[in-house]
Amino acid sequence: MTVYVLRRLGILVLSLAAALVVVFALLRILPGDPANALLAANATPDQVQAARREVGSDLPLAQQFVHWIGQMLHLDLGTSFTSGLPVLPDLAQRLVVTVPLTLIAFVLAVVVACVVGFVAAARADRWYGVLLSGVTQLGIAVPVFWIGILLVQVVSLQWGLLPSSGFPRDDWTYPGDALESLALPIVTVAVVMTASIARYVRSAVLDVLGADHIRTARALGASTASAFLRHGVRSAVVPVIAVLGIELASTFLGAVVVESVFALPGLGSMLITGIEQHDYPSIQGVLLVSTVAVLVIGFAADVVQRIVDPRLRTSVSGNR
Amino acid sequence: MKTQIVALAASGIALSLALAGCSSSGNGGSSSGSDATVAIGSLYEPTNLSNVDGGGQGVNEAFQDNVYEGLFRLGDDGKVTALLATSTDTSSDGLTYTFTLRKGVEFHSGAKLTSADVKSSIERVTAEDSQSSRKSSLAVVQSIETPDDDTVVVHLSQRSISFVYNLSYVWIVPADETKLKTEEDGTGPYTLGTWKRGSSITLKPFADYWGKKPANGGVEFDYFTSASTLSNALASGRVDVITSIQSPDALSRFTADTAKYTVSEGDSTTKELLAFNDAKGPFTDVELRQAISAAVDRKALLKAIWGDYGTVNGSMVPPTDPWYEDLTSVNAYDPAKAKQLLADSGHADGFTFTLDTPSYDPHPAVAQYLQSALEKVGVTVDINTISADEWYTKVYQQHDFEATLQEHVNDRDVVFYGNPDFYFGYDNADVQKDVADAEQATSEGQQTELLQRANEQIVEDAASAWLYLYPQIVVSDEDVTGYWKNGLNAQFPVSGITVS
Repeated sequence: MTVYVLRRLGILVLSLAAALVVVFALLRILPGDPANALLAANATPDQVQAARREVGSDLPLAQQFVHWIGQMLHLDLGTSFTSGLPVLPDLAQRLVVTVPLTLIAFVLAVVVACVVGFVAAARADRWYGVLLSGVTQLGIAVPVFWIGILLVQVVSLQWGLLPSSGFPRDDWTYPGDALESLALPIVTVAVVMTASIARYVRSAVLDVLGADHIRTARALGASTASAFLRHGVRSAVVPVIAVLGIELASTFLGAVVVESVFALPGLGSMLITGIEQHDYPSIQGVLLVSTVAVLVIGFAADVVQRIVDPRLRTSVSGNR
Repeated sequence: MKTQIVALAASGIALSLALAGCSSSGNGGSSSGSDATVAIGSLYEPTNLSNVDGGGQGVNEAFQDNVYEGLFRLGDDGKVTALLATSTDTSSDGLTYTFTLRKGVEFHSGAKLTSADVKSSIERVTAEDSQSSRKSSLAVVQSIETPDDDTVVVHLSQRSISFVYNLSYVWIVPADETKLKTEEDGTGPYTLGTWKRGSSITLKPFADYWGKKPANGGVEFDYFTSASTLSNALASGRVDVITSIQSPDALSRFTADTAKYTVSEGDSTTKELLAFNDAKGPFTDVELRQAISAAVDRKALLKAIWGDYGTVNGSMVPPTDPWYEDLTSVNAYDPAKAKQLLADSGHADGFTFTLDTPSYDPHPAVAQYLQSALEKVGVTVDINTISADEWYTKVYQQHDFEATLQEHVNDRDVVFYGNPDFYFGYDNADVQKDVADAEQATSEGQQTELLQRANEQIVEDAASAWLYLYPQIVVSDEDVTGYWKNGLNAQFPVSGITVS
């Protein structure tokens, strides 16, 4: 297990290094010059030149890259071209929005999805089992932003219950306010996430419930639920964990959409503004954080899967 | 199983009740009276906090006359009045200006305002590496002297009748201040509270302000990225005022409820232009430009985009500029004449041109309207959608375009047509002379006369097609009063705003 974790960590670091190069290169392929963001609509050639010097876009690419890597080794993500503020504190301030949003929605979704998925599988022959299964199908089909807009229209504008947008200025100083602002975004994200996780839970549970050892347990007098809980959970959970990792990662990345519907100052809005303004340091910062997040989530999912499932630990191929 | 589901449902309800029941202790929040905080919704978050380093429209909106003040102030009526300067002496040749500074003015940091601060503030704009959009207008400044703490003497290289007007955009900042992109130190009625990037800026009343105290207990600018989120914020009570409405769809819900909302339409200086490349390509031909202008029904276009709001202007000069005259009848909508002009210019069988269209509203919709309108006279429009950034590089810097759409925000900007190197590429010696002479005029009457003559020529030549003037619409809760309606140059002074 230790060897596996170490090897897996090595892969993590290599992927990260590769990602850095790709992030840097992709940004430079975009048309336009970051200096433009600083310029007014009647800039003189002198002003253009000064702006290019200021943001460093007059240097050769290789030199820009080396400079950036050098900065990162000092844990310095640089200073925004446009705002003049350091990127790191800005990122931190965005993360206190995006991380709670993603994690709370994730936990909520996992809890609801497990119940819904289990009922849909265990009662696949009853009307409510079929109904639940149908509803999850629908949940996958509906775009995230549409659910967001719908919730704003009904809950905020018609009922006047929760804020339609924004996040408190003082962040989490008043957790009640912060939660209130995040309530609709969380529900929006959770609805879609629940639907897709529930589909996987349902099929995993269906597989397990059909297995011989569960049938035997039922024959010995256990209820469906207790037979599953005692003998089936472990095997059902393994495929679901892999999916959870992917779901969590994609929700984190997909927060862009939800954040723009609810005008939340999260990572997504930082990314969009950064791209609009060609603010390379900000874009690089956001992409770096999201790349690390995705890689770490993937790593965690692999390790957890291995802890849960002894078969993976002993199989030859599983050790790669 | 059943009990589990019920328990789950119950806990879900409990959670949502808990969330809904939370008190709103810090957020938004307008009580009423002079202590009330006013929440203002806007689409223009400043890029940074400096107006000479690319802070953009947003920083003017939030800071001009609120946090920073100039020697002069541009009023909502377009008139310039003294602010930090109490008296101005102009030499008879118009080349020397002597300003006496207001006494007892302090910066937010506590330092006293002196002539050295004024000198360095003007020099920040004219400096070689300045990114101010006003740099070229102030290029006439030759030298600045500070004979004593309260007197500033500015020498110009040539007469400049707009000099005092241009000074209204020069923020007076302390001479030793270096971090203006991220911090402020102005003399205005408010200090910066917090700037939460991507979200909001708060302004707090400045206790030692030299002038009239603000009528409110502070303001909060809340920033949104889409017009619909912005209008939702007003509808749900998160903000009290929105500084400008960018789409008529967003407007209808407020005009329908006059008991709850005030919708005010002020004078605007924002022009929607179909700008031709007059220097190269097909549109060097004056008749062809006139043909395109005559082929577009600007009233119908405005109606399609804005409903009953906005005005058809007929030139680059909005009614608030002193040299405005109604030129809508020149090259007016006349499809028959358009066809005739096309034939005269050798395009009887029509032709095709590429229209570089910025991807943001309202340009794509305008482009489509033009496409269908011009098709009727046999002209094919290829719409090429580009980002704002590409526009800047391709059209603005490289002049690599045939025609483009763009909004021009500033007042008094007809003078751009006097510069043949501007992206319009309009090169007419008479116009250039009139524009230059107007700047050196000895009276506003003379300036007006010269610029009117220049503008008549520009319109006659259809240098561009001026499609319409944007409406300037501010919407607020009905109990909010005291804001400026005209939004000249995007400024939004807040110290008179009250919530009753």
